Amino acid sequence: MTDTLLSAEGITKRFGGVQALSDVAFTIRRGEIYGLIGPNGAGKTSLFNVLTGIYEPDAGAFIFDDAPLAGLKPHQVAERGIARTFQNIRLFANLSALENVMIGRHVRTHATVVGAIFRGPRTRAEESAIERRAYELLAYVGVDKRANDLAKHLAYGDQRRLEIARALATEPKLLALDEPAAGMNATETAGLRRLLENIRTDGTTILLIEHDMKLVMSVCDRVCVLDYGKKIAEGPAAQVQKDERVIAAYLGGEVTLNLKGT
Amino acid sequence: MNALFDTRANPRLAWVGILVVAIALAALPFALAGIGTAWVRITNTAILYVFLALGLNIVVGFAGLLDLGYIAFYAVGAYVYALLASPHFNLHLPFWVILPIGAATACLFGVLLGTPTLKLRGDYLAIVTLGFGEIIRIFLNNLSQPVNITNGPQGITLIDPFQIGSFSFKTNETIAGLSFSGPIKYYYFLVLVLIAVIVVNLRLQNSRIGRAWEAIREDEVAARAMGINTRNVKLLAFAMGASFGGIAGGMFSAIQGFISPESFILVESINVLAMVVLGGMGNVWGVILGALLLSFMPEVLRYTVGPIQERVFGRMLLEPEVIRMLLFGFALVLMMLFRPAGILPSALRKRELESIRAAAP
Repeated sequence: MTDTLLSAEGITKRFGGVQALSDVAFTIRRGEIYGLIGPNGAGKTSLFNVLTGIYEPDAGAFIFDDAPLAGLKPHQVAERGIARTFQNIRLFANLSALENVMIGRHVRTHATVVGAIFRGPRTRAEESAIERRAYELLAYVGVDKRANDLAKHLAYGDQRRLEIARALATEPKLLALDEPAAGMNATETAGLRRLLENIRTDGTTILLIEHDMKLVMSVCDRVCVLDYGKKIAEGPAAQVQKDERVIAAYLGGEVTLNLKGT
Repeated sequence: MNALFDTRANPRLAWVGILVVAIALAALPFALAGIGTAWVRITNTAILYVFLALGLNIVVGFAGLLDLGYIAFYAVGAYVYALLASPHFNLHLPFWVILPIGAATACLFGVLLGTPTLKLRGDYLAIVTLGFGEIIRIFLNNLSQPVNITNGPQGITLIDPFQIGSFSFKTNETIAGLSFSGPIKYYYFLVLVLIAVIVVNLRLQNSRIGRAWEAIREDEVAARAMGINTRNVKLLAFAMGASFGGIAGGMFSAIQGFISPESFILVESINVLAMVVLGGMGNVWGVILGALLLSFMPEVLRYTVGPIQERVFGRMLLEPEVIRMLLFGFALVLMMLFRPAGILPSALRKRELESIRAAAP
């Protein structure tokens, strides 16, 4: 087992005429929180979709946990140990919070149709283990009081946390979070930061897309910056913050000066 | 209602509840026979529709895949039974052999329909399944040449009734002073199968597989990202739904003694879908209620529309057949306006989590 959990090599993806990702390379070490930032449209979510098998990259490859991910379907990627959340929350809206997390256990459990119909001791034991684990995870992210409410009735911040609990239920080695703090207030974001640190302490590596710079700078060990589908900087948060190209990408460089002039 | 049948939380009340329901179900055919023998037959047909609605509910209610050709699986089951137990091929296999064959054949057809439609959803899926239903019916209509397999539009007659040894489900019999007619015997058989089917449906819904179906219905992309193999799970939904249709078809064949492609027209598919939607998609009890209502209501109207008009106006203004469909459609529109999610909408299943509360300090 090497120190590297995920390495990306030359990842390229085009959509028609749009170059979403060009030749992106990075490595994520086991146990770190790795930030992925960049202006809107920089290709962060596209990178997530390529990583989790929703899209096939045009070129390049991922090595995850010492084996390639090439050609795997999304459900196989999840089985290998990458779980994700979505930028625009995608919970199972008409199911309870608990059931959402229970569905996350699907990939680590085995009951078949026959097992479900006859409901033998093994299936019953597995069912109660699923339920217990789901409840533990709800408590872990702090929405256990809403276990029996429909996911769509949860507060926005709770929905984000529920999505994390559902992802954790698949026992991921890498947890990929797409803007988990979007729409959260300062208190909720602080709570989220503690949650992310706990998850890392408990042994899960995190890949974090986030626009909240305060959160990124305080929680990430290293940060990768994308702009127009290209990696423009990588390194410890404090160092990346000072990088001129990063500042230009975010503030628009000379354009900003012109705006100031008018 | 669930509290009434919860043998663990409240054993005494539950057993009393179960006993009352059992006695009511056992006595029902004799009460119906008192009104008129036709009503036992109508009830049997209604139970067959409950089977169909429950089977379709797996596909539409649980997995969220709109299927407008469901009656094709009913047809497959019915024809398998008819061909293996009639003078047509001079085969007379016993029903307990044929029903599983019918279910397996329908299951195969379910997978056949499912495979090419895996990437379709909503309207597109509805159109393909509609076409599939018609293809099956047209095949049945035309497979009389060059080799006569289905006997074409004439259908297949003299289909064997269920028979166990010398005990036939068709003949009248007097046991312990009670007269058991053919339909009454079938009724008891159907009710036993119905109980099994309901148990299977409830268990499926509350299982790893059932949750995977519901996940696909709610959000397919998220379901895949959570590690659910959506291809297999969807095919499973089609296969399970089709199997229920196949079993129901076999029983329909035996009870009727005669089938033809006319019994499996598009309107039948839509009728079964209406039962599922009206009762409450995804809710097993709602679907049962929807199927019973939509099967009984036309019959009740058939017998009441005429007499009521004569009582009120002194003569018959509208033919029962005409006004029956009018009222039926009107009732459906009202239902959808005031209870769009069905009579019993798919309810949130509260989990008690007693094991956890007991373990917590």
